Amino acid sequence: MKILGNSYLELLELMKTKQISTKELHEYFLKRVKKFNKDLNAFITPPEDVVTEGDMPVAVKDNFNTTGLRTSASSKVLDDYISPYDATVVKNLKTSGSYVFGKTNMDAWAHGSSTETSDYGPTKNPWDTSRAPGGSSGGSAASVAAYLAPAAIGSETAGSIRQPAAWCGTVGLKPTYGRVSRYGVVAMGSSFDCPGPITLTVEDSAYILSKIAGKDEYDATTSTKSVPDYIRALKSPKKYKIGIPQSYFDTADKEVVEKINEAVKVLEKLGHSVKKIKLIDPKYAISVYTILQRAEVSSNLSRYDGIRYGNDRSNFGEEAKRRIMLGTYTLSHGYYDAYYKKAQRARALVIDDFEKAFKEVDLILAPTAPNTALKLGEFEKYPFFGELMDILNEPAAVAGIPAITVPVGKSKENLPFGMQVMGKQFDEESILDLSHQFERETEFFGITKELLKKYPD
Amino acid sequence: MVCPVCLGLPGALPVPNKKAVEWTIKIGKALNCKINPSSKFDRKHYFYPDLPKGYQISQYDEPVAVNGYLEVNGKKHGITRVHLEEDTGKLTHEGKDSLVDFNRSGVPLVEIVTEPDFQSSEEVKAFLEELHAIVKYLDVSDANLEEGSMRLEPNISVRAEGEKKLPDYKVEVKNINSFRYVKKAVDFEIKRQSGLLSKGTKPVQETRGYDENKGITVSQRTKEEAQDYRYFPEPDIPPMNFTQTYIQAVAVPELPSQKVEKYQKEYGVRENEAFLLTREQETAVFFEKVLLMINDKNKSQKLANVIVNKKIKIGGTAEEFIKKFEETSKEKETDTQALESAIVTTLNAHKQEVDSYKAGKENVIMFFVGQVMKEMKGNADPQTVKTELEKKLKKK
Repeated sequence: MKILGNSYLELLELMKTKQISTKELHEYFLKRVKKFNKDLNAFITPPEDVVTEGDMPVAVKDNFNTTGLRTSASSKVLDDYISPYDATVVKNLKTSGSYVFGKTNMDAWAHGSSTETSDYGPTKNPWDTSRAPGGSSGGSAASVAAYLAPAAIGSETAGSIRQPAAWCGTVGLKPTYGRVSRYGVVAMGSSFDCPGPITLTVEDSAYILSKIAGKDEYDATTSTKSVPDYIRALKSPKKYKIGIPQSYFDTADKEVVEKINEAVKVLEKLGHSVKKIKLIDPKYAISVYTILQRAEVSSNLSRYDGIRYGNDRSNFGEEAKRRIMLGTYTLSHGYYDAYYKKAQRARALVIDDFEKAFKEVDLILAPTAPNTALKLGEFEKYPFFGELMDILNEPAAVAGIPAITVPVGKSKENLPFGMQVMGKQFDEESILDLSHQFERETEFFGITKELLKKYPD
Repeated sequence: MVCPVCLGLPGALPVPNKKAVEWTIKIGKALNCKINPSSKFDRKHYFYPDLPKGYQISQYDEPVAVNGYLEVNGKKHGITRVHLEEDTGKLTHEGKDSLVDFNRSGVPLVEIVTEPDFQSSEEVKAFLEELHAIVKYLDVSDANLEEGSMRLEPNISVRAEGEKKLPDYKVEVKNINSFRYVKKAVDFEIKRQSGLLSKGTKPVQETRGYDENKGITVSQRTKEEAQDYRYFPEPDIPPMNFTQTYIQAVAVPELPSQKVEKYQKEYGVRENEAFLLTREQETAVFFEKVLLMINDKNKSQKLANVIVNKKIKIGGTAEEFIKKFEETSKEKETDTQALESAIVTTLNAHKQEVDSYKAGKENVIMFFVGQVMKEMKGNADPQTVKTELEKKLKKK
């Protein structure tokens, strides 16, 4: 039976109809990991040889705590750390029949947008191994794109799901802040962090979200709002009023803008209405996000003081050290008002800005990233590399609204693009619905299948 | 195993304890505070081996309760704030090793901060004892000092007589586990700091520990500059908003000071006994129950005496207690005849003293009281003896 390229839900169906067993599926993906991971370095803790629980494999980013499997957040500080408890997302996956299929590479502590700050070497972009997969969930995006796993879990603070998903040509969903529990995810920017799925299809994304979302008594910031049936939402497609914020297009490369405009035409053809809207220039979100996130990082990393976890602070990489210093500075006496407090006020403005926009339109559409995957090593040229790469992802992260990226084709250099759809708080149904309609119409221009020719069984 | 949250393990998140928040409001109300309608938690950063996250979840600029007071011995002491925070681990030092016990880390802890309006160690002690009684009445903590469930940390500074401004330094003393030691520590500090000041040296702003064996304080940590805790709002806990209805619904029981006043005004119990009866809620409740059952306010002072002096133990049921109480009352009643004859005997034996009493030397009465008490072998109430003597002497 041909397994290659089947979506998570297609595989689940094959399993339900007993056409394939967990063991066969596991061995299939394990074989692919063994074959391609040495080139891609998508997994830093490869899947175990034998499945002991669950049916369906899901690769999990290394900042999610998993009992029995190392959780290092790609930092040598936690080089040999094995958590005594499962993250809520992991627990939810396990109780809904999935199991952890290895731990994927990431920027250390999720600091970065290329997976190059990992202490375990960079992950390579499956489209061009001389390029970065994006980050910080680069290992998760690469593993799905190259079909080393049928689906993966990533986490996003601002762009860490959407940007690598776009650079690798996959579907990446950042849910509303508070929709999915952060309990057990090694904290980066606590007021931004959102776990979410990286998948081949929108339907897979909807399915996995429905399994991991919901109120968690261990995370006080999760919402009590009930979790809708996301799959059902896809079965009754709606027409939407879509807002196009010009400022997001001004920042992007010409080729990217062209591709997104083509995608917009597809949506118009499907009967959606499109309207130009004004949003605060995303460049302001960079400052807001950077100040708040660094402050939270400096606080969240203070527990790794060298007393516990076995490895001292000399194991921190350059990026983490820079972030700790900047965050410590902005929280210091005399600077708090000028930086943190001011950034909080500006954050409120960004939230208001979106709220106003959503009175005019149902959804907002923009490029996911200003450019396609960059060469490995590029990141060292920019002290705020991550922030620049994620410029178009930061406003939604700052506002805590949901957003999804889907592939819209590829560049002349044969690298995929992403288009993101942002929605109102807790309106994951609409962003999934619209991107699903786009997927059915275009089949993402066949880019998934095209890439898999490079990674045959 | 200590839970991941208490240990601050990677990925662990705090969730506020609703009961603890409610109890903090309760304490705030008992201390006449304003309850902030919105309150939030903040992270307070500092490094210490007993602090597993590198920060403590506390409250900075929006504590649960502010601006209260507690009146003790007629003086109102200002309560600056009552806030909720998490406890840290506990360090113990054994030889060369330092051990951290994380069992209490992350457990809710209420901090009560007073205004700097205490002028003596007696005031400090009386205030803390009253506060201790209140906390126990509120049933929010066992307030056990030995076990550290209530900790006392006085801040002391000394100024010249007549000076109105607060000194520009303060010394905090920790590791004190009894009210007696608080008094001793404060007295020691006043003496130490006065000594320095009289030599023209300003005491160093620092944290000192109390050594109960030597009765002295020892420098622990010098705060040369105000430490920068880099407070910022705890992103893991959403801000709290309390409605007036919710705040009003948090019930505060009748407090010891209110009981003292009631016992005096309504039951005619003397202040001293009223105070002693109300130190433990259990005792006060028992007293009130028995008094209600006896239903005779004339016996309230006597009942108070019996309970305070532990003439009858209050361990059993109220019915058993009342039975014993009535028995002792009866015995005393039969004694009046013995008292009568004892008075007659005494007065007859000391005719000279009777004459000087009648001549106006009224303090001779105390001599008679002593003699009658001797005759009664101590089995009489001196106050009654005095009254009866006066009656007899007036007649004569």
